[in-house]
Amino acid sequence: MPGARNLSAALRRTRVPRPRLLSRPVVSHAPNATVRAFTSATARLESRQIKYTSDAYPNVKRDSRFAELSADDVSHFKSLLGAESAVVDGVTADATDDIEPFNSDWMRKYRGHTRLVLKPQTTEEVSKVLKYCNERRLAVVPQGGNTGLVGGSVPVFDEIVINMSRMNNIHSFDQASGVLVADAGVILEVADQYLAQHDHLFPLDLGAKGSCHIGGNVSTNAGGLRLLRYGSLHGSVLGLEAVLPDGTIVDALSTLRKNNTGYDLKQLFIGAEGTIGLITAVSIQCPPRPKAVNVAYFGLESFEQVQQAYLQAKGQLSEILSAFELMDGRSQRLVHESTGNKYPLEGEHPFYCLVETSGSNAEHDMAKLESFLEHVMGEGIVADGVLAQDETQFRSLWRWREGITEALSHLGGTYKYDVSIPLPELYQLVEDCKERLVQKGFVGDDDSFPVRAVVGYGHMGDSNLHLNVSVRQYDKEVEKAIEPWVYEWIQKRQGSISAEHGLGIAKREFIGYSQNETMVKLMKQLKDLYDPKSIMNPYKFIK
Amino acid sequence: MASKGLRILVPVKRVIDYAIKPRINKAQTGVETAGVKHSLNPFDELSIEEAVRLRERKGPLKVDSILALSAGGPKCADTLRTAMAMGADKAFHVEVPEGSGDGGPEPLTIAKLLHSVVEKEDINLVLLGKQAIDGDQGQTGQMLAGLLGWPQTTQASKVEIKDEAGTVEITHEVDGGVETLRTKLPLVITTDLRLNEPRYASLPNIMKAKKKPLEKKTLADFGVEDTRRLKTLKVTEPPPRTGGGKVEDVDGLVSKLKELGAL
Repeated sequence: MPGARNLSAALRRTRVPRPRLLSRPVVSHAPNATVRAFTSATARLESRQIKYTSDAYPNVKRDSRFAELSADDVSHFKSLLGAESAVVDGVTADATDDIEPFNSDWMRKYRGHTRLVLKPQTTEEVSKVLKYCNERRLAVVPQGGNTGLVGGSVPVFDEIVINMSRMNNIHSFDQASGVLVADAGVILEVADQYLAQHDHLFPLDLGAKGSCHIGGNVSTNAGGLRLLRYGSLHGSVLGLEAVLPDGTIVDALSTLRKNNTGYDLKQLFIGAEGTIGLITAVSIQCPPRPKAVNVAYFGLESFEQVQQAYLQAKGQLSEILSAFELMDGRSQRLVHESTGNKYPLEGEHPFYCLVETSGSNAEHDMAKLESFLEHVMGEGIVADGVLAQDETQFRSLWRWREGITEALSHLGGTYKYDVSIPLPELYQLVEDCKERLVQKGFVGDDDSFPVRAVVGYGHMGDSNLHLNVSVRQYDKEVEKAIEPWVYEWIQKRQGSISAEHGLGIAKREFIGYSQNETMVKLMKQLKDLYDPKSIMNPYKFIK
Repeated sequence: MASKGLRILVPVKRVIDYAIKPRINKAQTGVETAGVKHSLNPFDELSIEEAVRLRERKGPLKVDSILALSAGGPKCADTLRTAMAMGADKAFHVEVPEGSGDGGPEPLTIAKLLHSVVEKEDINLVLLGKQAIDGDQGQTGQMLAGLLGWPQTTQASKVEIKDEAGTVEITHEVDGGVETLRTKLPLVITTDLRLNEPRYASLPNIMKAKKKPLEKKTLADFGVEDTRRLKTLKVTEPPPRTGGGKVEDVDGLVSKLKELGAL
């Protein structure tokens, strides 16, 4: 069972504030990030300094309305939080090395200038910190496991980092209702392991599970691998506790499934990326842990057939279907080249799918799965396929999906686009993008071409595609050829330019491609209402 | 039989999946098996793969038949289907009622059973896993060779049929290197992890496997009784590791070390 993986690695990581350069959390790219070998690409990158976000985005200027940190502020925070370890002080002392991990992200793409990190331990402490910051107009960045992909959890300038790693208690779990109540700083895998002891499952699973915090997951409305089965966090989160910038504690930590009394305000905080308040605790509905899990891996000849296979899977496997993942042939070739593993299937196919079922009765599931397999093979929808016979095969088949991100990182840089497009056109984006780059003469097999490959994979069941352009080195010309072309392509089809990764600093400019003016205006009104002094996670989300 | 080809017997066992942590049952008489994922014993998987590869190699000796056999409860049929999906031609399911986590009949019983099967089915090569990962006894292959009076090569990491006369070369690992042995059929080989990398069961083969013959047998069919010479008195877990403690600072460390008498 995927949840049982890597407990020790997760526990080792609970001592969070260390540079996460060695771990490779990848939001939305499946479990098992922790067993991945550390790549030479990572090592190569490490020798280079990360570029400051403020240099990479020269049009973003520090908001002069924000106050500058003083020694008085620091001593106030120290007395407020008490413990020595709760404050990483780079204002009155030299703490460059200690502060660096909080300033930069794991992809080594974003880097801020903060000089102060605060690690509160209780909601009251968070409240006092924010109240003070709001009065002094000091900007803050809430930070969880810092595993995001859009630079939302690292500062841009000198914003104070409020790191949630010390708020890591599990409050309660109710066996009958399956409701878990826990602090925001609990690591996802730790929460899932706790639930495993009670035969339950955290309704979210993603590559960064060994590092990411559940508060961060809720704050960014993370999607991940099990969304097809357990739905979005907007549905499974029953309540939360948050602190507004003025110090008000919003106690909406309900454990009720039904509660139609007024506006459902907690929904505002889910996916708000810490721009209107800081989530401090979450109550979440957890499903029973499946007793039987099976995985099949298919090779298919066209995207048309992939769609048919998906329809058949939905129809015939219905309630036990727990993942339907798409990988194109190029992505699997990259995994093959980087791991040296033998292909699960003989011969190569343009498309591959991974189908997972989770249920409560192994025999019942197997009977269903087998009749489904017989059908798709018999009808010629699937060209070839294998079925995992044991846990080892189960894991190695998943590696063909999960290993894509790592394989790409071996090869140099990657332009990543996480998009949602209506299913029939899902893969067309990859074809069109490739054609465009080939026409411009960017794609080739030797080092004179900047682009190595254009690959597509993703959560077919959620109409969520990851378009990845693997490049030998980051190149402005290539970037110009892709952006904003890709966003326009998506806009034409009423898709989303960020299906599950969020906006952060990376995509704030592009929100207009997926939201109309009215929507953006309403969002700004909300922001102004809850955070009138704009201290919460500034320069990000919406402009 | 007139054919000079290989008639291979591959005994397989259904065991708790190697990736699952076994737990001791409440009565402390064995390992909890109810509701736990079971799979084909990994060493037996290697044996089947090797048998199928011998066929695919089309070497000096053709493979006439690959017979998979499992002794145990009703679910062993699944394990045998997996073996046939990988390439075995037919299977015998010798029904033995399931005990409570006792690991099944003892190696000698199984060796006697296999002895009888070898004679009845005119087998000339037995490929066994070197051990089953549940009982870890690793005796069946050796006992079988003894009963048959055949040569045996254990822990094979390479198997090569050299000629039509049935000369076989087997390589296995020994301390500090490898040893290559030569012998002749009929023969008992036990397999080790480095022998090969088992294939996935492909969907077309899984379907074909459903149509392959799976015969139900009993121990009595082979004139064997499930007698036990050993009685399991008690099964217990090793003591849990005690975790380390944390100290606040250097002074704390020093006083802790003093307290433990290390300073």
